[in-house]
This record gives sequence, C-alpha cells and structure tokens, in this order.
Amino acid sequence: MLKKIRTILAIVMLLLVTLLFLGVCWHINLWFGFVAKIQFLPAVLSFNVIVVLLLLLLTLLLGRVYCSVICPLGIMQDCFSWVHGKFKKNRFSYSPEKKWLRYIVLGVFVVLLIVGVTPVTTLLAPYSAYGRIVNSLFKPLYDMLNNALAHYEAGHNLYNFSEVEIWMRSVTTFVVAIVTLLVLAVLAWRHGRTYCNTICPVGTFLSFFARYSFLKVHFDSDKCKQCGLCEKNCKASAIDFKNMKVDYSRCVVCGDCLEKCNFDALHYGRMPKTAVAPAQKDETVDEARRSFLLGAGLMTAAVASAEPKIKVDGGLAVIEDKILPDRKTPITPPGSISAQNMRHHCTACQLCVSACPNNVLRPSKSLMNFMQPEMSFERGYCRPECTRCSQVCPTGAIRRITPEEKTEVHAGYAVWLKDNCIPLTDGVSCGNCARHCPTGAIQMVDYEGAQVPSIDTQKCIGCGACEHLCPARPFSAIYVEGNVMHHLQ
Amino acid sequence: MDRRDFIKHLGGAALAASLLAACRKTETPAQGVTTLDGQGSMTYRTNPNTGDKISLLGYGMMRLPVEAGGTMRENPDSPINQELVNQQVDYAIEHGVNYFDTAPVYCQGLSERSTGIALSRHPRNRYYIATKLSNQSPAAWSREASMGIFEKSLKELRTDYVDYLLLHSVGMSANDLDAMQTFNGRYMDNGILDWLVEQKEKGRIRNLGFSYHGDIAIFDMLLKWHDEGKYHWDFVQIELNYLDWNYANEINERNTDASYLYEELRKRNIPAVIMEPLLGGRLGTLPEFIVKRMQEREPETPVARWAFRYAGTPEGVLTVLSGMSYTEHLVQNVATYSPLRPITPEENDFLMQIADEVYNLKSIPCTTCSYCMPCPYGLNIPAIFSHYNKCINEGSMPNPEHPGSHYNKLRRAFLIGYDRSVPKLRQASHCIGCNQCVSHCPQRIDIPAEMRRVDEFVEQLKRS
Repeated sequence: MLKKIRTILAIVMLLLVTLLFLGVCWHINLWFGFVAKIQFLPAVLSFNVIVVLLLLLLTLLLGRVYCSVICPLGIMQDCFSWVHGKFKKNRFSYSPEKKWLRYIVLGVFVVLLIVGVTPVTTLLAPYSAYGRIVNSLFKPLYDMLNNALAHYEAGHNLYNFSEVEIWMRSVTTFVVAIVTLLVLAVLAWRHGRTYCNTICPVGTFLSFFARYSFLKVHFDSDKCKQCGLCEKNCKASAIDFKNMKVDYSRCVVCGDCLEKCNFDALHYGRMPKTAVAPAQKDETVDEARRSFLLGAGLMTAAVASAEPKIKVDGGLAVIEDKILPDRKTPITPPGSISAQNMRHHCTACQLCVSACPNNVLRPSKSLMNFMQPEMSFERGYCRPECTRCSQVCPTGAIRRITPEEKTEVHAGYAVWLKDNCIPLTDGVSCGNCARHCPTGAIQMVDYEGAQVPSIDTQKCIGCGACEHLCPARPFSAIYVEGNVMHHLQ
Repeated sequence: MDRRDFIKHLGGAALAASLLAACRKTETPAQGVTTLDGQGSMTYRTNPNTGDKISLLGYGMMRLPVEAGGTMRENPDSPINQELVNQQVDYAIEHGVNYFDTAPVYCQGLSERSTGIALSRHPRNRYYIATKLSNQSPAAWSREASMGIFEKSLKELRTDYVDYLLLHSVGMSANDLDAMQTFNGRYMDNGILDWLVEQKEKGRIRNLGFSYHGDIAIFDMLLKWHDEGKYHWDFVQIELNYLDWNYANEINERNTDASYLYEELRKRNIPAVIMEPLLGGRLGTLPEFIVKRMQEREPETPVARWAFRYAGTPEGVLTVLSGMSYTEHLVQNVATYSPLRPITPEENDFLMQIADEVYNLKSIPCTTCSYCMPCPYGLNIPAIFSHYNKCINEGSMPNPEHPGSHYNKLRRAFLIGYDRSVPKLRQASHCIGCNQCVSHCPQRIDIPAEMRRVDEFVEQLKRS
C-alpha cells in the first residue's frame, strides 16, 4: 500500500516537473509551477520559510519521503533502478553509512553556498540537476515534436502550436547535463540511491531529521525469519537484516521492503521502544544531534548572507548571424537585482531559460555565475509585456515583477558603436533602434551628415530591442552592457 | 517543411497529371467548365498591325512553379519545376493559348530560360513570345549592357526573333532620379530606343511596345510621340482590373486610374495588353461577405472569373496576362475565355459596387510581384503584406482597439500565422526605412510606411 501510494505520487510529481521544464502550455504551467517551488533548495534560497518548515515537518513525521516523491532527481534514479530490477532480482546489499563523505560534502556545499561559489553548488543541487537534464536533453526533442505538429497545423489553418527555435544555448551546460545523466544512470543502475545517500546535500541535511521521524520502517523481531529479502531489495542499502536494523538517515521510505517481506515482519509506523540497542542509540543520537545543529546552523548562515549584376526580381538576401558582443558586465533578467544576487540564489535549474519565449535567456559560461541565466539578444529581445522568468523562478533569484514594474528596472544600458552604424557605413537612413525603443531612450540626431542614435542611458532599461533590431551584422551598432546592480527608478 | 512541400508537390503533380489527362477527354467535363463557361473554344483578338490572332488568355511567366512547391515567393531557393512548366505550357497551347509573356528579370532571372525550354518543344509559328528590355538598374543603362540584355533574351528563349518586345516598366524611377531622367537614361541617352526600332526593321522584333507603371507624364509623352509619328507603338501593356478602373488613384494618389490609360490607347487604336487582371491574386481571394455577393449571382462562377471576364471584355484588349503557377488556375482561365462571356452593362455596375467594397477593405495594394526583392536587409516584403492582406480577406483581423469575444483567438492566429509565413528575422520590425525598395514597386506602395504600419499593429497585438 505504502509503495503504491509512493509510486503514484512520484510518477505524478515527475511528470509535473518534467512538463514544467518542457513548457507544455504556459497557462497550465502557472498552475503547477508550485512543484518547483516546493523543492527544498529553491525554497531555502528564496527564504520560503513556510515551505522549508513544512518539508522539515514532513521529514520529522514520515522520514525522507521528500526524496521519494518530491525530488525529481530521486524519482528519476528510481526509474533507472527499477528497470535494472526487472532483469536482476535481489541485487542490493547493506553497506554502512559513509558519514565522513556525507558531512564533508554537505559542509563544503554550505560553505560554498555562503561564499557564492556557484559552479560547485549548482552541480550538486538535485532539483536543478534534473532541470538541466530535461532542459538540455529532453526539451529539444519535445520542441521537435511541437514543431512537427505546428508544421502539420500550418497546412490545416490551425493555430494551437507555434513553431519554436531549437538551438544550443550553452555547450557547457549541455555537456554537464549529459554527464550528470550518465553518472546518475550508472550509479542508480548499479547501486540504487548511492548519490542521494552519499553526495546529495539535501539528502544529507534531511537525514538529520529523518533519524527522528515519528513514523519509521521497523522490524517485528518475532516474525522475521532472517531471509534477507528486505536487504536485497533496499535500493538505499539501509537495511541490515542480520541486526534487524534500518538506517533511517538513508531510508527514503519507498516501501519496497514492506512489499517484499513474505512474513509481515516489516512495518511502517511508530517504533516500538525495544527495537534499537541502547548503546548504538546513544551514539547515533549524539552524533545526529551534533550534525543536526551544525547543519541547521550552516543552512541558516547561508540563508542570512544570501541577500544579494542586373537586379533580378525575387529571392531573399542572406542574413548573417549576429555575433555575441563581448559584454563587460553580463545582463541578468529584470527581477534578478544583480549577478551577485543571482550567484547567491540561483541553482541553475534552467527553468527560466526554458520558459523564455524570446530566446533571450541562456546559461552563463562564466565561472562566477556558472550555468546561471544571463541575457543576450542575437535571437530576440526582452519584450516589455513578458515577465515569465520572474514568474517561474522557484529560488527567488529572479523576483516576481509585473510588466509595469519591469519598465522601471534598468538591467543595463545601450552603447552606440559608431563604426558599425548603417547610416554612416551604408549611407542609408535607418533609425530602427529609436523606432523600437520601448522607453524612448534613443533619439536620432544629426551627426556627420547622417541621422544617428543618441542614447539617454537614464531612460534605457537594457531590454535589447535596439541591439536585436539593429541591421548591422554580424556586430550590432548598438549593444547593451549590463548594470552591476539593476538601477531602480 | 521539406516533407510537406514534397507531399504537396507530389500531390500537385499527380493532380495536375490527372487533370490534364481528364481535360483531354472531351466527353468528361473539365474542371473550371460550367454550364456558363468553357463550353466552346478560345476567344481571339486581332492585332491591327500584324493581323496576329492572339488568344485572349496570355500566359504570364512571372510566377512559375518551383520544385519545392509553390513559387519562388514561398521557396526562393528552389529551382523552377520545369516538368510542370512544360506540362502547363503544353496544355495551354493545346487549348489555344498562344501568347507567352516573360522578362529577363522574372523568377530571379530564370523565367526566360524556362519559357524557352518549354516553348521550343512546339513549332515556332504556334505561339507568340513577349519579352522585355529590363534595364531598370542604372548599371544596365549603357548601350552595350542594354543591347546585351536583348541578345541574351533571344538566346535564352531559343529563337531569333521576339514577337512582342516591351520597354519594361516605363514611368518608374531609379533611386534619386525622377521618372523622366530615368526614362532618358534607360532608352534615349544611349540610343537604345532607336536601336530597337532598327531591330524591328530587321525583323528581329515584330511588335514594339512598352509596359507602363508609375508617372503618368511618361505615358502621356510616349503617346504624344505616337501621335506625332516620332515612334509607333504597336501595343501597350497596362494594369487593368475592376478595382483599378476607377480606384487606382484613390488607393494611391501617385497612380492613375485604368479607365484613363485604356481610353487613351483606345482613341489611338493601340491594342492593350492587360496585366494584373487579378491584382496578384487579391481579386481571387476576397472576404466571405463579398464572395457571397458574387456567388449569389452565379453560384458556379469562381470569384476570379469575374475579374478575368472584366479584363477581357473591352474590345481594345489584345490579351489578358495571368501568371498561372498552378495547373488548376490555367484550366480555369482557359475555360473562362473559351469563349469569353463579355460583362454586360448591368454586371459592370455590379462589379463597380464590388470594387467599392474591396476598396473599403483597406488592404495593402501589393500584388506580390517581388520586384522589390531581394530587400538588402533581408525582409520578405511580399510575404509580410500577403499575411496582412490574407487576414483582412479572411475577416480574421484582430482589433486591439475593440477586442470582441474572439479577440484572443484571432490575435493568436494572426501572430502564429505571421511567424509561420515570415521567419522572425525577415519580419516588418527589421525594416530600417532605407527606401531602396520604393522605386522598384510598380504599385508605387510606400513600402517602409506600410512596414511600419504592420509592425506597429503586431507590436500592439503582442502587448495586449
């Protein structure tokens, strides 16, 4: 029964998170956007005290069910493990907890989180690892299907699917996603929940609470025939059947053992007092309490500091691709306050990248903001009516803003490059930047016998309309530099 | 894209083949044939200068089908579907069409060759070739360059004489020049007009005329020369249809009503060759409420047929050109003029009412001729205008000022349809207003201004 409920919930959750990342339908997406917001690390980073407390309470009550039904990366690993289980039965065995590794990883993670060394923290964070896998590997496939449907529709005067551009936003992120998927697939295939129980910082942190959970899986020593089937089917390697012991720091309450036991010797419920040897209990408690306090302290600290020839007719001219300008300061999306704030909150899950309908957001290549979103305008610009990234962000890295508020967020400022400007180079009139500036920050002025743009940087919000719509190629004659911290007005 | 086009092409070819086969059997009624039209044989008009009997339907070779499906407007990089062109030319000749109109600049410069290939498979005396001296760009204004264009036409068309040669698009002006300077630069200063008259005396050109768009002063001047005996025009090609008859000037004050052009030619007994009888298809795809009015009168008659009957009715019309990309259009047009059922005065009044309604649609008067292309900044000008006009015609224009109950649906269809018919980088927002296209437009549309109109409309939709 427990297993059935767990499986159903897990499948639903995995589907919802995946659909969220695939961007199935924007309006429906907003309904189940909560599945990203109840993820542990995003909730911590966005100071979502309610969610954090609820998750901790849930763990104190039921154990690490979070890892079994909420964390998409955990569920994904269960899928791999389940497939292997179809071929090879009873393949697991008990192994002692690798405490030193778990605590070191957690400790380092928390310290790096506080300091803001994102390349490591984002790699380890489970939810964002899953996000990257879906966004980099599955979304292109989904988009291809979408485009095929759009293509079919185009011949039938239907307008449900609009074609989307499929492009490589960042090779690094793509490679990271592939490597993550492969490593996790191999680990899960062979040993089940290895990653969750040795590396995952969220898993380790929750295990402090899981040790004290109100309901637990425990042995009924009267009924146990010592067959060992439970241990052989524990993907967390947490059951030691010889001692009739379960390691609650690693048990993810999947219910597999309950189902496997032929003698009804395993129960999920309140623990009878006698089941645990006193000596061991003391030891566990002490250490657990110590690490609990340590962990909680570190988390709190992290949270507190994270503030921040003859012409012939017809044909099409070839359009040269735009080349990315070398921006001194990266531009982060409106609502993100600054790259610094981004560094402290963003887990690089790519949900905003996947949600951006204008092909503006892409993962950063710089180590300082590794895989975190930044803006560029070769394929589109940050349209004034759109605030999707701010609506989907589960970590508070991009704060929720309205389109009205967005007009007052100056994410960057435009810079004019005289040498590329078409009226000066081609001798034709242009003014496309001024025509499309949503804030009227650009005026055309007389200069060397031509009309060229002049920019009022006070008014410029850095949306990139001018850069994107500039006819100069491959380098625009006007481009946006990021503001270190967004100016507000 | 490719797959769809492939299937479309495959289906199109199969359909074309079966249609062509079906039409050969006299006992089976062909497509386009009704109780009213297509029951007899082609109507011919006589050229008073040479006595040529010209079919009222002339084949315009400007919108030839391409292998990827559609025409070069939809698939600019695709080669011409020569097999289909051959089939269609065969069908046309078999059904009495004998006037084929091409130009060196059509279909990215490939039309003459394709026309030559298709026609050279038939005896030279079964058809008349019309082509043009397309020296519009100042680079081709030298005597040698212009002569070269004519010689190349003969070579491409695989012939040693042209039946009808036209000064191409007189009245248009090249950048920074007025129409008169442009005309003098193209034909007078280099002595090319006199050279063409010489070629006519040598029999390399049988009829010399001009096609006119643009500044009326040039049209008037050339007819004055005709009156004075300075030059003789064997024929003149003008734009005529039931909308331009009275509304050309209302739609664009720089243009002249077709009624004036036609009457001036008629006074002098100069035969008129008609172009744009359908305004690039715009009079063939009308909004539902107008279609309904037309079909209530004659349920069997396709909307386009009214326009062809109208253009073919005046006695001074030698032939009506139609750029028939699809076999079905050819079959239908052949039926329309086999024989012509002239428009009665009462029907004429009716069409003038229809013209009034079409005028009130305020669509963009683009005929998708693609003379403006390629836009140096990559825009697909005709595709942008087509999408806008299509939505007007379908009555599916979203109105952001008065959003009704269907507004969201219409808005979505407009925007998605826009992205489907024009890639983002080729949309109106990328028009910089360099004005280089303006002088190429035979309809004299202020293209940058219309681009801005479309762009602002799209922007308004996106923001609402």
